[in-house]
Amino acid sequence: MIPPPFDYHAPQTLAEALQLLQSHGAESGEAKVLSGGQSLLPLLKLRLGATGHLVDINRIPGLEYLKEEGGVLKIGGRTRESALEHSDLVRTKYPLLADTAEVIADPLVRNLATVGGNLAHGDPANDHPATMLAYGAQIVATGPGGERTIAADDFFLGLFSTALQPNEILTEIRIPVPPARSGGAYVKLERKVGDFATAAAAVQLTLKASGEIEKIGIALTNAGPTPIRAADAETFLTGQMPTAERIAEAAKRAAAATSPSADRRGQIEYKREMARVLAARAIKRAIDRATERTKEH
Amino acid sequence: MAQHEIRVHVNGSEKKAEVESRLLLVHFLRETLAMTGTHIGCDTTHCGACTVLLDGVPVKSCTVLAVQADGRAVTTVEGLEQNGQLHPIQDGFWQEHGLQCGYCTPGMLMTGYALLQKNSDPSEPEIRQAISGNLCRCTGYVNIVKSVQHAAAKLRSDANPAS
Repeated sequence: MIPPPFDYHAPQTLAEALQLLQSHGAESGEAKVLSGGQSLLPLLKLRLGATGHLVDINRIPGLEYLKEEGGVLKIGGRTRESALEHSDLVRTKYPLLADTAEVIADPLVRNLATVGGNLAHGDPANDHPATMLAYGAQIVATGPGGERTIAADDFFLGLFSTALQPNEILTEIRIPVPPARSGGAYVKLERKVGDFATAAAAVQLTLKASGEIEKIGIALTNAGPTPIRAADAETFLTGQMPTAERIAEAAKRAAAATSPSADRRGQIEYKREMARVLAARAIKRAIDRATERTKEH
Repeated sequence: MAQHEIRVHVNGSEKKAEVESRLLLVHFLRETLAMTGTHIGCDTTHCGACTVLLDGVPVKSCTVLAVQADGRAVTTVEGLEQNGQLHPIQDGFWQEHGLQCGYCTPGMLMTGYALLQKNSDPSEPEIRQAISGNLCRCTGYVNIVKSVQHAAAKLRSDANPAS
């Protein structure tokens, strides 16, 4: 399959890239940013989308990094999924992020696919959106006027629609460094490697020294037109001892927050039920990990 | 610009061509350069038959633009054999009958090659994980895993002839 024709630009600096976006019809959405290209190129090939201009950001230095600074983990927008997957820092301290990176598409796709692209694409079937909601991440957008930060909660507006403006580039993701007694997990049900989630749940939590849940983020993938924060389930568990009964009730409330649509991956009832099961598993795994980390320290 | 002059180092030699923006890397290899070792399978980023190495990293060449490879190194299945000698990964697939119809083989070879560059003694789960983006519709995975292990053993014994 061959994409419809477009003009291709390979800027060497971020300023040049922003200039290109601005001058090539940023307002009409006629220019698109090419990052990993693992969603955008298939979309163009299948002619589900078209663009007049592709602005390839792959030749701009300094857009791929993972570093803790000022109480947050900073992830460069163009950081490849494979870099998360093979990072010791991510594996030991950000298990929710590590879990997520490992189940995105397949290893070959992850060599090119980027974290920023996974978010900016605005596909509720992508895995990072729910992860970033659960972490309470901030997303940095750079435009002609400079940088602005957008809370993950305010970023996903609808199907393939985000708060990112056509003349902005997603340059960084900031995840709060988890305090002691924290743990997280991403649990995904997929028909095969490389498939989008039938359902998936992301959980990040912090326990009190006494064992109650101090703070919890729960979000769900491919369960509606946007990634879904299970706010009711979060409120229900906050301040509580996570007993088996309470986890089961929270998972039920998480499933109630979903509005999946029926497709080849299953009927609405099935997907909602899977969201419940996976939410419960993710909460339990996150608690186990928070407890293990506490023992280590 | 819709047309671009690109220079790509393919299996060690520089190839120059004028390409359209939308030309995919796999079409550049197969049609512009007439190197048909790299296969087009699903054409939708699923099957991995088109896997090549881009600066040493295995990627699906149906999901990369030719112009993105400008100034970079591409290794294809044609680049594995050196001086008439099969690379151990190719020999492994021969010895262990790692192919049936052969369609997925170029991709499997490139992914297997890249894995062995990083891990000289991969376990079966590590091999299966590495090739999880490469589909074999003959379902010949058991022999593919054996082939990669065969190649790994050969590479290790070549590196340490005494042991």
